[in-house]
Amino acid sequence: MSGHSYDAENYWKANLRLIFGSLIVWALVSYGCAILLRPMLAGITVGGTDLGFWFAQQGSILAFIALIFHYAWRMNKIDEKFGVHEE
Amino acid sequence: MSQFAINIIFVGGSFLLYILIAIWAKAGSTKDFYVAGGGVHPITNGMAIGADWMSAASFISMAGLIAAGGYSNSTYLMGWTGGYVLLAMLLAPYLRKFGKFTVPEFIGDRFYSKNARLVAVICLIVASVTYVIGQMAGAGVAFSRFLEVDSTTGLIIAAVVVFIYAVLGGMKGITYTQVAQYCVLIIAYTIPAVFISLQLTGNPIPPLGLFSTHADSGLPILEKLNQVITDLGFNSYTADIDNKLNMVLFTLSLMVGTAGLPHVIIRFFTVPKVADARWSAGWALVFIALLYLTAPAVASMARLNLMTTIYPEGTAAQPIEYEARPGWIQTWEETGLIRFEDKNNDGRIQVYNDKNEQFASTTAQERGWNGNELVVNNDILVLANPEIANLPSWVIGLIAAGGLAAALSTAAGLLLAISSAVSHDLIKGSINPNISEKGELRAARISMAVAIVIATWLGINPPGFAAQVVALAFGIAAASLFPALMMGIFSKRVNNTGAIAGMLSGLAFTLAYIFVYKGWLFIPGTNNLPDTPENWVLGISPLSIGAIGAIVNFAVAFVVSNATEEPPVEIQELVESVRYPRGAGQAQDH
Repeated sequence: MSGHSYDAENYWKANLRLIFGSLIVWALVSYGCAILLRPMLAGITVGGTDLGFWFAQQGSILAFIALIFHYAWRMNKIDEKFGVHEE
Repeated sequence: MSQFAINIIFVGGSFLLYILIAIWAKAGSTKDFYVAGGGVHPITNGMAIGADWMSAASFISMAGLIAAGGYSNSTYLMGWTGGYVLLAMLLAPYLRKFGKFTVPEFIGDRFYSKNARLVAVICLIVASVTYVIGQMAGAGVAFSRFLEVDSTTGLIIAAVVVFIYAVLGGMKGITYTQVAQYCVLIIAYTIPAVFISLQLTGNPIPPLGLFSTHADSGLPILEKLNQVITDLGFNSYTADIDNKLNMVLFTLSLMVGTAGLPHVIIRFFTVPKVADARWSAGWALVFIALLYLTAPAVASMARLNLMTTIYPEGTAAQPIEYEARPGWIQTWEETGLIRFEDKNNDGRIQVYNDKNEQFASTTAQERGWNGNELVVNNDILVLANPEIANLPSWVIGLIAAGGLAAALSTAAGLLLAISSAVSHDLIKGSINPNISEKGELRAARISMAVAIVIATWLGINPPGFAAQVVALAFGIAAASLFPALMMGIFSKRVNNTGAIAGMLSGLAFTLAYIFVYKGWLFIPGTNNLPDTPENWVLGISPLSIGAIGAIVNFAVAFVVSNATEEPPVEIQELVESVRYPRGAGQAQDH
């Protein structure tokens, strides 16, 4: 919208790019490593079982936390860059 | 001191704390009541979300489900945490920027339709009421087991406590009691887990202990567990499964459902800024993960402990005699959650998988076994955990207080979502828009009180389908609310007709699929097909259908919207404005 002094369109595109990238990782650790790709990771053993099991019961949750904090941190930077952050 | 006295001290002490907090955090305005004044720190809010989210199902039932299902039930762990990624990126910051009090209010404003708001109110109430029944029932179990009162009396005590802090303090009272309840429940959950992990592996951190070596056998703990249970005809704990499509869809339904549950979403309206909503989601998941990373360790270790209790000399030797059973089996037998039947009259407790026909016709027959003799309800695993591991009696008192904290904090959050939908969306939004601030606050308190009475009544007389309604709550949230909210933010093209058509078709599709297998309105005998994997379409369980319902909702909304006229300019400007954090201010009434 032209009424804004900041570059609204590019701000929104930057947000969508970040979300898209984050959701790829989100899907990869849970639906990928923990479920669909588990047979491929079966060769990597972790404490009496395989990497896929670890992702299903531990790894995916840790990755979700990292994803949210990364998103919050990057978005705050993007907010500032485009001047849409709150005072 | 007796165990009973210790339990009373722990539970009574925690209840007293909640009431003191409630008196301190009394709500003076509707803003206090709906969004805690809008000034909650993101870390405090994260902790409150943790308690709000972690229900009796997470605290009491989840580890038992994982213990029983092994790898295949990892779906609960991923599903109930992965939804926070969706919340943080797709909903929370924008809804915070929108800055109103309830979820139906956003749907009503964005889709410029009272009908859309009404559909959202109905979805919210059905999802929240079904969810609250489970909390009250969970509180009843904890009371009847630990406080030696019958569960009706226990439930009424619990309801009075919730009544005091929820009616008095609204969101403000609930938020600060939830912080206290989070502390109680996480301490109660992790302390026994640390002890058990130390006993079995020597590692005090349960998530690491899960992948460590079993001290007695020298094998990794999961390998030892696999060995013990496969010796008894059970499926291997860590084995992969065949029906991956269903596992993916079930996980996705839980994730999308989590993100669409209104009692979680409204928590993000309580923080001061849009950036805080993002941080809050991260902190919430940190606090939730403390329990969710511990649960799988509790699950496998408790199952191994249970098996070693029954077969102290190993699976090849004789199981224990019934007369020599430990005290905790006796106490749980009294509640009916453990049942023993000496099928082969040898006075010993045989536990094995009698549904495994090959095992039953070979090993079991050779050993003179005549069926599995001990039925253990999954729900007791966490509650009995300290007793199974012979932990000191104060740990048992702590577990009782923790289980109640989990059930009551979630119940309070749900009740707030229900009462604000009634007073703000129905009364102020439709029936009497000119109601004064004071009048609305009174209406909010009255609807909260009515909701507590109904929830308590349902907890005392749980409908027969109580166990299945959780699927219903997640199905509704996934198939109706989440897509509508997401499209309201990410699309300017979706209009009122499209959104309503989408919500209704997603909902109808999901409900129909659940009812075909579970019975229409869950009335036994009215199902059209038996609820077994052979009858499911493409192997998709009714529990997993919410994800498909969400896709139906998105598709219908887009097609209908594109066939009808685009939303008015001011609505497109509204969508623009929720996308940019600047100028958020605090949650507003108007």
